Amino acid sequence: MLDVRGLTVKFPSRRGDFTAIEGVDLAVKPGEIHGLVGESGAGKSTIGAAIIGLLQPPGYVSDGTMTLGETDLRSLTPSQAHEARGDRISMIFQDPQTSLNPLMTVEDQLIETIQAHSDASTNTARNRAISILEEIGIKNAGDRIKAYPHQFSGGMRQRVVIALALCTDPELIIADEPTTALDVAVQSQVLDLIRRLARTRDIGFILITHDIGVIAQVADTVTVLRRGRVIETGETPQVLGQPREAYTKALMDAVPRLDRKLDRFSTPDDGEAPSAPALTTGIDAEDWLMEGAAQEHLGLEVRDLSVRFAGTRTSIFRKPEAYVALDRVSLTVEPARVLGLVGESGSGKSTLAKAITGLIQPSEGVMRLGGEDLPPARQRPRDHPARRLIQMVFQDPYSSLNARHRIGDILAEPLALYGLEGDKAKRRALAAAMLELVEMEPSNIDRYPHQFSGGQRQRIAIARALLARPRFLICDEPTSALDVSIQAQVLNLLKDLQTKFGLSILFISHNLAVVRQMSDDIAVLKSGQIVEAGDSETFFTTPSAPYSKELLSLTPAMPY
Amino acid sequence: MVYFILKRLIQSVFVMLAVALIAFSLFRFVGDPVSQMTGVETSVEDRERLREDLGLNDPFALQFYRFSSDMLRGDFGFSYRTRQPVSEMIATRLPATLELGIVSLIISLLVGIPAGVFTALRPRGFATQAILLTTLVGVSIPTFVIGIVLIFLFGVQLGWLPTFGRGGTTDLGGWTTSFLTVDGWRSLILPALTLGVYQLTLTMRLVRAEMLEVMRSDYIRFATARGIPYRKLHFKHALSNTMIPVITIIGLQFGGVIAFSIVTESVFQWPGMGLLFLESIRFVDIPVMGVYLVVIAFFFVLVNLLVDMLYILIDPRLRVKEAS
Repeated sequence: MLDVRGLTVKFPSRRGDFTAIEGVDLAVKPGEIHGLVGESGAGKSTIGAAIIGLLQPPGYVSDGTMTLGETDLRSLTPSQAHEARGDRISMIFQDPQTSLNPLMTVEDQLIETIQAHSDASTNTARNRAISILEEIGIKNAGDRIKAYPHQFSGGMRQRVVIALALCTDPELIIADEPTTALDVAVQSQVLDLIRRLARTRDIGFILITHDIGVIAQVADTVTVLRRGRVIETGETPQVLGQPREAYTKALMDAVPRLDRKLDRFSTPDDGEAPSAPALTTGIDAEDWLMEGAAQEHLGLEVRDLSVRFAGTRTSIFRKPEAYVALDRVSLTVEPARVLGLVGESGSGKSTLAKAITGLIQPSEGVMRLGGEDLPPARQRPRDHPARRLIQMVFQDPYSSLNARHRIGDILAEPLALYGLEGDKAKRRALAAAMLELVEMEPSNIDRYPHQFSGGQRQRIAIARALLARPRFLICDEPTSALDVSIQAQVLNLLKDLQTKFGLSILFISHNLAVVRQMSDDIAVLKSGQIVEAGDSETFFTTPSAPYSKELLSLTPAMPY
Repeated sequence: MVYFILKRLIQSVFVMLAVALIAFSLFRFVGDPVSQMTGVETSVEDRERLREDLGLNDPFALQFYRFSSDMLRGDFGFSYRTRQPVSEMIATRLPATLELGIVSLIISLLVGIPAGVFTALRPRGFATQAILLTTLVGVSIPTFVIGIVLIFLFGVQLGWLPTFGRGGTTDLGGWTTSFLTVDGWRSLILPALTLGVYQLTLTMRLVRAEMLEVMRSDYIRFATARGIPYRKLHFKHALSNTMIPVITIIGLQFGGVIAFSIVTESVFQWPGMGLLFLESIRFVDIPVMGVYLVVIAFFFVLVNLLVDMLYILIDPRLRVKEAS
């Protein structure tokens, strides 16, 4: 049905054309789900955009053929191409929170889309819209259709997005990371829906994702991309199970396994991988940290911690109902061990991290760091030792570093702030040494955050946390914004640093496979309550709580 | 929703009280009202008696209470200069300023929004660059220069339009309007243009910036991918989302237009509030200045309240949050 041959996409720039996609062949049959997998920058989304004719200017298709059925997609005029969009090719975007117009009801958006491609009367269009919503699993569609997008939950919203892509009966749907923003439970429902639609309606899907687990679960065929070229293509079991190319193999190895724990991740030998710098100055940072590590290992104990947020006030006479984010949570992070904290979005993982770091005020409960009382946020003075001892690594490396500061200043800040090093030159030297310790070039010290990739930025964030000489590290989804190979590198680094310096770590993640690789102990959070806690391996082999079992069974397993 | 409006109303009352306090302090502490009212030959005893009679020896809070409750009843006191009630003076001047402000706002919206949309949809076109450049020149020139240039061009050289005053006005039971006579409209054009140019540029640039932002958003990309006709895409999907932040600024700006029409009014000798304020400053007519302050603040508060309600009307997210 869809046949792409020798597709080449170029982006003109001042220094000549940049070739984003080169000579890509791709074929999708009706009813087939074709996975496009690769790391960021591999050109997955660019291929999708080229097929539907929505390349970001100034990008253009410079070579190759694209045919859908009998139609040559490249020879369409702009207005013909716009008519084909929706009618013959549709698209599903990554984030259901942002891909619907917030000011229009779902009904208006559906009817408008149907009428854009047919002469259906408003009533016919409405009936069709309702039946499609019912088909994709929205109960009570006749009433729900009147709602605005924000009145749907994330998973339901993605269903609405799918309904919008579907309502014009297209032959091909390009799904660009359709489940990346969703929780595992919702993800598996949406993937099931996509598979069902492919089978029953004979729609061809191009499934663009960086998550190999998703591909393994639903794709019939798969194409592995790297830097705009096809590395390998074929039936999914063959490509992922017996990869012919070294890159595919390396990519598969970098995927965290849910079914067993490995000591280290193997990382694909990528151009970006740091060429292990000569360990001359890195030793300095190590020695300096060791000095700090001479202090005893600190564990953390949380007893009956509750956090409530004020709800929205609806009447002057009623007190606003409090929203309970954490409900009497108790957990223990043993000294020099890693506690993995898992749970769906909204379960209170990050709230717990913020309560421990003293960023939000818990309504009740006790926290103890290394046997000593850890006062809650408002009672914890700015110069309390715990403000130094507990450090945090955030999820998004793009927003957690001040874009206006040089790396050297970012790194030297904790040294000055906590009075660890009075001399300015020494602070700079230590910052450089620490960069080396996190496997980056110390000469990077005078550059700005935007000059680095996500993985490098996350290393900088780790270095900054370490420069406070912490004993307790909170990592809140530290790798969820990173590619698998980069994720593997960063996780390896974290593991090494943890064992070397005897850090205690609270490792927060929604990705169970990652947590299995990282943690010694585990705690499962659901709607603000601890459902299960205990030894990590025991949890993964024999989970006891029903919720844990469900969570584990929904996580896409890698059969290959 | 009701609660939300109620909350805003209560906030507005406090804002008005604060402004009234400032106006009252101006009245009470800038200079001595008694010596303003009396001549040199008034004896000290007479002054003291007057002071006692006028209640100026009463506690501050009591005086302020009296001042505010008088204001509430519409009793704004008397002008030092003309001996007329201030309420009458304001009432004769207010329509002129409001009409001028509204017309200039409409001009700026009618031109600014389409121009903003156009320049956002063709960000690289020649016309876009030309529009951006001209309007940049437009804002860089001070208002009074624009006014004088317009007067010179259309009033003096071409002789098409009158250059000062309101021209023919019609009295509609206390509200004098220029809208009902040709002459009134002719007089209105130049000052409204002068006042509107700055607004226009601001509105246009704001619409353009927001629209560019919205056009990059996922829901516009998704709507494009669904093949929604471009007209609907631009004017239904994109424009309504663009207007949410723009409305706030326009609202604030309208308050500003009313308050700062002073320059334009004096260039065109427009008999509005601004001109009244200028005259009052010249004669240290403190009661008029104080009332001017309160009336302008009242308009600011009113416009902001309206903007908040418009917000709820446009954005369903706010509506539902307040209702649930």
